[in-house]
Amino acid sequence: MNSKAGLIDDVKARVDRLELPFGTSGIDPYGISKKELVRFFTLLGAMYRHYFHVEHHGLHNVPTHGRAMLIGNHSGGVALDAGITIASMFFELEPPRLCHSMVEKFLSRLPFAGMWGSRCGQMVGLPEHAVRLLEDDRLVLVFPEGSHGTEKLYTERHSLVHFGTGFMRLALQTGSPIVPFAFLGGGDAIPTIFNAYKLGRLLGAPYIPFTPWILPIPLPTRLDVIVDEPMIFSGNGSEEDDVIEGYVEQVKSKIASLIEQGRRMRGELPALGAST
Amino acid sequence: MRILVTGITGQLGRIVATMLDAAGHEVIGIDRRPWYGAPKKVQLYQVDIRKRGAEDVFRKHRPEAVVHMATVTHVYTQSDDRYRINLGGTRAVFDHSVEYGVKQVLIIGRHTFYGAAADSPLYHTEEEPPMATASFPELADLVAADLYAGSALWRYPQLDTAVLRICYTLGPSKHGTLATYLDPPRVPTLLGFDPLFQFMHEEDVARAVELALEKKLRGVFNVAGLPPLPLSNIIAQAHRTALPLPEFVFTSMLGRFGLPRLTPGAVAHIKYPVVVDARRFVEATGFAATHSTDDTIEEFRLSRVVVRGG
Repeated sequence: MNSKAGLIDDVKARVDRLELPFGTSGIDPYGISKKELVRFFTLLGAMYRHYFHVEHHGLHNVPTHGRAMLIGNHSGGVALDAGITIASMFFELEPPRLCHSMVEKFLSRLPFAGMWGSRCGQMVGLPEHAVRLLEDDRLVLVFPEGSHGTEKLYTERHSLVHFGTGFMRLALQTGSPIVPFAFLGGGDAIPTIFNAYKLGRLLGAPYIPFTPWILPIPLPTRLDVIVDEPMIFSGNGSEEDDVIEGYVEQVKSKIASLIEQGRRMRGELPALGAST
Repeated sequence: MRILVTGITGQLGRIVATMLDAAGHEVIGIDRRPWYGAPKKVQLYQVDIRKRGAEDVFRKHRPEAVVHMATVTHVYTQSDDRYRINLGGTRAVFDHSVEYGVKQVLIIGRHTFYGAAADSPLYHTEEEPPMATASFPELADLVAADLYAGSALWRYPQLDTAVLRICYTLGPSKHGTLATYLDPPRVPTLLGFDPLFQFMHEEDVARAVELALEKKLRGVFNVAGLPPLPLSNIIAQAHRTALPLPEFVFTSMLGRFGLPRLTPGAVAHIKYPVVVDARRFVEATGFAATHSTDDTIEEFRLSRVVVRGG
């Protein structure tokens, strides 16, 4: 009980220290509500601190002020990776930062989900939103694999699928540094064995994931967030496709190497230098 | 300046006319409805903007500027008359303005023209096409009038035309879509949806119109001055009680049990936000709202005006 009260007080104090322009009603210009943030991070914090075992590395690489784009991999397991990354930026950075993820469009059509998302700064994934948030010097979280990344089955959890190039053009257009990170363990917490696409379409979602225990309820496993130094590319976003694709490839291979580094730390691959 | 205000008897028309009159302008008004108790110096003509009498007013007074507010905006009824007024009236304003040497035309439109949808961006800019017709066909005539007015910029380059897309108004007169919606003690909302609403005090809206005239604006401008607020916060601050209903219940109850006779398209406007980026207007005019969010809601709450049924 004590730890719960402690968590709420900690979350309240951290929400107060977020550097966002809240108005008199505790609402910022994007409709983000201090009250809802406290609820959101209390729930997320309980999972982050007490349910999962989260290891984070290199969080000092995230700029504490100014615009930046966090670019990472989906590790399978619905959007657990997004939630834990948002929690890391909130609970570990000094001062805490609110990370704005770009939410799937179908969620904003659902009652409650869209409303809660927008009160907590998780907006529909539109380029207009990313540009506006970055120009307002906020921290934007993008998974360039998109929904094809969350679809990964258990066996594909460490793979990378196609990276969209939109994020790179937006980063160049707004002069935002790209902070690459790898996320590991999502697929272990929620091992998807099957995605029901037709059922999803019936329910208005892209797909419905199934685990060996049917529902995507996560196991209390170890999760790793590994952040590397910001990458700065020069340009204005109107470059030729092959130039942009070259930049995206650099980010993708950086993330692939971070995933490999993470697998070594998790003991899934032999440590470097160990005799084989 | 000699200013002709069409639709002067509407609540916003009265506030704008009173303000322009007080600022020393010569105000001439056209409306189908009478305005009892208008300021003495305001010259009123009870004529339809599309009729000959309106042209006579242009010819007689030769106004330097026209503020066009003679549009039917409520969505409860759909009639040919409404179409004719909104489109035919806007056309008549431009025809007469060109004919009788008007220098400046100000068209008063609404921010809802951008449309409310799950995947539309927060903070619409003037570059975006008004999408309201897709989800809300009842607004088609107003959107068409807005676009027609915009086309006057190249059609009649000698005229300084400005189209203002103004956010909701709120205030003691309880005039406007948002005020009417918030008037009853229990405000029906959609369960699971809480869109951002953007509004401004009616006097600030009138001041924005005055500034647009003073600065001789040309082009299309979003007009807003306060950060948007979630609907639930507005309802609570206005001391109303939200009555959240599941969407299928809400839509099947429309027009009954005291619920407004809203069209399905209007429901999108209490489901998803319509918020505009007004930076261009602020840069061009230096406009800043004088009434804060809290003041605006408080003045609306304390007003004793009785809203007539829609």
